[in-house]
Amino acid sequence: MAFPQPRTQPPQLTQHLLRTVDCQQGAVRAVRFNADGNYMLSCGSDKTLRLWSVSRGTLLKTYSGHGYEVLDADGSFDNSQICSCSSDKTVILWDVTTGQVTRKLRGHAGKVNSVQFNEDATVIISGSIDCSVRCWDIRFRRPDPIQILDEAQDSVSSVKVSEHELLTGSVDGRVRRYDLRMGQLHVDFINSGYTGHKNNSYKLDCCLSNKDTHVLSCSEDGHVYCWDLVEGSLSCKLPVGKAVVQSLSFHPSQPHLLTAIEGRVQVWGAEPQDTDAQ
Amino acid sequence: MASDGEEEQDFVTYGTPLEPLEEDAPVKKPVPIHEQTVKDEKGRYKRFHGAFTGGFSAGYFNTVGSKEGWTPSTFISSRQQKAAKVNARPEDFMDDEDFSEHGIAPSEITTTEDFASGPRDQIRDKARALSSLVAPIPGDNVLEDLISPARTSVGIELLRKMGWKEGQGVGPRAKRKPRTQKADGGPRVYGCALPPNGSEESEEEDDYVPENVTFAPKDVTPIDFTPKDDLHGLGYRGLDPQQALMGVSSTGHVDLFTLDSDRTSSLFGDNQMRHRRRAGVSGQAFGVGALEDDDEDIYHRDTLSNYDSVLGGEEPGDGLYGWTAPEQYNQKKKGSNTEASYLGKILEGFTLASKAPEAKSIFPPPDLPRDFRPMHYFRPVVDVANVSPIVAQALLVSGGQMSTESAEKGRHQLDASQRRSLLGESSLKGPTSVFDLLDSKDKERLEGIRRSAEERKTVAFAPEESRGAIVTASTAPAATTFSRNALSSRFQPPDSERLLSAWRSPTADTAQPFRPFEKNPEKQERYDLYISKLKQGRKDALESSLDPNMTEWERGRERDEFVRAAMLYKPSSSSLSCRFTRAKHQDDDNSVEVPRDQENDVDDKQAAVRMKMFGKLTRDTFEWHPDKLLCKRFNIPDPYPGSGLVGLPKVKRDKFSVFNFLTLSDSGLGDNGNQHAAPAAPLGTPKTAQPGKKSRWDIPAEAEPPKDPLGTFLSMARSEASAPQQGQSSETTSTPTLESKPEPVEGEEDNRPPMDLFKAIFASSSDEKSSSEEESEDEDNESGPEQTELVPHALLPPSSSAVPEVKPPVTYPDPAPPPPPPPLPQEPELEEEEFGPRLPPPSSSGPEHQSSISSWTQAEVHKKKSKEKHKAKKELRHKEKKVGLFLCHFLFMSRLSKCCLLSIFLPFSIRRKARITRAKTRRRRRKRREIRQWRPLAVQGTRKKIAAAAQTTVLRVSPRQSC
Repeated sequence: MAFPQPRTQPPQLTQHLLRTVDCQQGAVRAVRFNADGNYMLSCGSDKTLRLWSVSRGTLLKTYSGHGYEVLDADGSFDNSQICSCSSDKTVILWDVTTGQVTRKLRGHAGKVNSVQFNEDATVIISGSIDCSVRCWDIRFRRPDPIQILDEAQDSVSSVKVSEHELLTGSVDGRVRRYDLRMGQLHVDFINSGYTGHKNNSYKLDCCLSNKDTHVLSCSEDGHVYCWDLVEGSLSCKLPVGKAVVQSLSFHPSQPHLLTAIEGRVQVWGAEPQDTDAQ
Repeated sequence: MASDGEEEQDFVTYGTPLEPLEEDAPVKKPVPIHEQTVKDEKGRYKRFHGAFTGGFSAGYFNTVGSKEGWTPSTFISSRQQKAAKVNARPEDFMDDEDFSEHGIAPSEITTTEDFASGPRDQIRDKARALSSLVAPIPGDNVLEDLISPARTSVGIELLRKMGWKEGQGVGPRAKRKPRTQKADGGPRVYGCALPPNGSEESEEEDDYVPENVTFAPKDVTPIDFTPKDDLHGLGYRGLDPQQALMGVSSTGHVDLFTLDSDRTSSLFGDNQMRHRRRAGVSGQAFGVGALEDDDEDIYHRDTLSNYDSVLGGEEPGDGLYGWTAPEQYNQKKKGSNTEASYLGKILEGFTLASKAPEAKSIFPPPDLPRDFRPMHYFRPVVDVANVSPIVAQALLVSGGQMSTESAEKGRHQLDASQRRSLLGESSLKGPTSVFDLLDSKDKERLEGIRRSAEERKTVAFAPEESRGAIVTASTAPAATTFSRNALSSRFQPPDSERLLSAWRSPTADTAQPFRPFEKNPEKQERYDLYISKLKQGRKDALESSLDPNMTEWERGRERDEFVRAAMLYKPSSSSLSCRFTRAKHQDDDNSVEVPRDQENDVDDKQAAVRMKMFGKLTRDTFEWHPDKLLCKRFNIPDPYPGSGLVGLPKVKRDKFSVFNFLTLSDSGLGDNGNQHAAPAAPLGTPKTAQPGKKSRWDIPAEAEPPKDPLGTFLSMARSEASAPQQGQSSETTSTPTLESKPEPVEGEEDNRPPMDLFKAIFASSSDEKSSSEEESEDEDNESGPEQTELVPHALLPPSSSAVPEVKPPVTYPDPAPPPPPPPLPQEPELEEEEFGPRLPPPSSSGPEHQSSISSWTQAEVHKKKSKEKHKAKKELRHKEKKVGLFLCHFLFMSRLSKCCLLSIFLPFSIRRKARITRAKTRRRRRKRREIRQWRPLAVQGTRKKIAAAAQTTVLRVSPRQSC
């Protein structure tokens, strides 16, 4: 006899505050999960980058070496390396265990907004306010980037890397998709989208949920907005705090959300946590 | 929650976490060496003394005495108190420190012999005997065997009490029958197991086994895991010295590959061999003693027949058949069974697998096509500019295939430079010879030395000439005359060779050669001819390029000058280029590289976005070349193998155009730059027509091409979309009728003035200073616009030259215009007049435009530099007029505040300065805002809206500033 197929679960929204971590590193400019979601990286305005355990909220390591506030960070797939970028125009590659600077990549003419490893952690892609995206080789100690993508006409605010594609979002209202396999550049003009949140003057993050069902975005009114990906309807408005929610990051596989507001990082989950843990 | 619980289990935390280290906490100073002291366990300082106790103090003040002095113990024994017998042990004379961990006799907890497995353990004995056999000195534990205390360990006693008897194995008693069955039936033998057809098993099968009788398990000889520390092959034991030397050889055969079973049996069971062994040294050299009975083998002869020559047992006894034995004989002999068992016995610990390994299926290689050649020929990437025209011609003729003869030569016949050209690499920078590194004085000195040496040879028959040559060497060419052949014989070869090599190098610059004889055009012409011939690599370059009509003296002088000039201004490849790198943009080059493909019009996209038609309408796709290394790092094959290009394909455009630095995004400058010619570019930049691309500027200018349904659709859509919202989107609705509709000043891109305004303002400002010269020419041109200055531009006759520019872009919702606006013939020469530099697409090329503000200042610097070059433009006055016109338009249309008007009316130079300073303050302000704690970072634009270019933002800021 056959059992009926289990019904598809409605997507879980991260509505319950699990933990608040006071990072004690000034304003948290960005917060990121690592590749497997067990750890998180917080980029502080006091020039440090910190590694935390998400489940316990304990500080594991502090990486200091940037000359100005850290704006973004990413962990490699094997958790052995971290790259981070800063307003001091550099991208730094860190060794996770020793906390030492492995490489310091200079070349951007302005502060570097976004940084990302590629899948094998052989290349670092960094997008900067100087309208360029630079691809740094970290296999060899070459001081200059492999390639500079300077097609953007305004500050590059975010960079993402997939298996064979580079996605760059620029303030000129375009998303550029560099397809390495096809050797093509697709420029998409995007002038509208998910509306409702407030974003007038700051660089805010947005992301997709773990199952790509929802779009989440920071907002300057202290909420995290959550839209349905397909319908575009606002499905959740998560009150985080009174200040501007500046960064957020979604767990790669589970419904967990990190938000950064002022100097704190908050961990959100789909289900409330046990009281004893609180 | 469950996941949380799991995560809890993942980590173990001990104690309380340390406080994070303070950044600037003082570091603990290490104790310097001279303050480090050694203390003993009682906390007393240890002083370094001598050799005893490792040099530190010991005993009682480093003496063997005590507090009472060194008094010998007295022996007292009485009847009542018998003196105990004192056995002095070494420990009695040792210090306490000696028993410590680092002392000379550390005392530690060890297993007493009762509990250690004793020497009576027979199994272990056997193993030891085995190991002793393979030990470097065989039989070195003989003595130990002889003197062994009769003691059993606790373990053996325990076992005995449990019913174990010596010679038995340990384990539950079992029936023999089922066990054998199980062994037989179990085909699953993995790894090491006893060979299934061992002799013991077969024996037991023959036995009669009664019912309900159980047997103890057999005793098992433990496998001796001795490391293999010799270099012998597997299973090879080497000559047993007992056998080979001790007289066993008399029995005959020495088997090198002794079976394990044989050896163990000889070890355990019969000691006959040992009995036969003679103790002590024996051999032929010592003769035969009186007690020894056998004397037949006094003179030992060792023959090769004593040794095995074949692996796998003896040859058949008759020895009649060798390898030429008859077939059936061979087959019988090669019974795989026996051989296998033999092998399995030889390699201790190994056994033959019961299952044959699966045969690997081997797939045949693919069939090669008939005309396949196992070589790959690369099509060379040849830059025509770098190769001499002859080569280029040849390449063209051969269809780009690098000459086949070089390929036929094979790579070993090619030299480095040929291989380099085959691979399409550029030549290495750096001097080609040592001479290039010398400075000119040294060269001249060398030259002089060499020449004088030559002169000594020739002085016999050409005294006058040599004198002349010496004078030449002292750099007074005008005063000397020398014959043609004298020069060609002596002066030309070294220099011309060098020059040839220098000028022929691929890096020789072709763009802007030095022109030393500019004042004398004929001479310069001859010099150019000479240089061009040099580049082609002709040896007779000098002679053939001279004027044959000139006198000998003149020719000689010119020859000298040419050679000198060519030497002086030879391409920088040789001597200096290793120190310098080429400028990215040549200063005297009026063109700049910009991407070939441009994005489509923003308006089209906005219309599409408004209609929620994402996809094809909002997407531009370009050819993009990733770097080779990047592809490699991403594990992706290069999509354009063989292309040296990286990034977007580029074309050259005029450099000194303001519109290079205006951003595309604000008002859809788009492609229209391409339609404007560049009159001022002296080098005549190549114009690339861009078919199929449209902008809103093109739409009134061209007939609607039937092949572009997208364009018509879009314009329709745009007019539709703009109809309901004429009020706020003035970008599409700037009409003369708009005067009545006020607009909010802060509407971001909505009330952006049309592109024409910028063009008019900036293009004219760049040419301000050179305007006076050209005024007269412009008079007639500007008369038209002047009259109509205050007339709304839409009423202007289209014949007026100013009209196409004055018109704000495409989408007027004019009451009358048809949705596809009336075609205006493309008039490049007209527009040329209007705008001077053609409109290239916005910045994004080159690092110098990294921020639009800085690019502005740079642009102006460029402009100042190139004032003269723009002399040819005629539109200057004209422009200023137009500016006025535009201001009106601007006033009417975009409803900026009066302040803005004021700011625009300021003299341009002041405005420019103000603009820069304003931009600076703006930047500063922004920075301040960023620095403020708790405030997130501001972006340069907003994500939601199209970012404004810096220029326009400044314009927008200006009213606020001046208010």
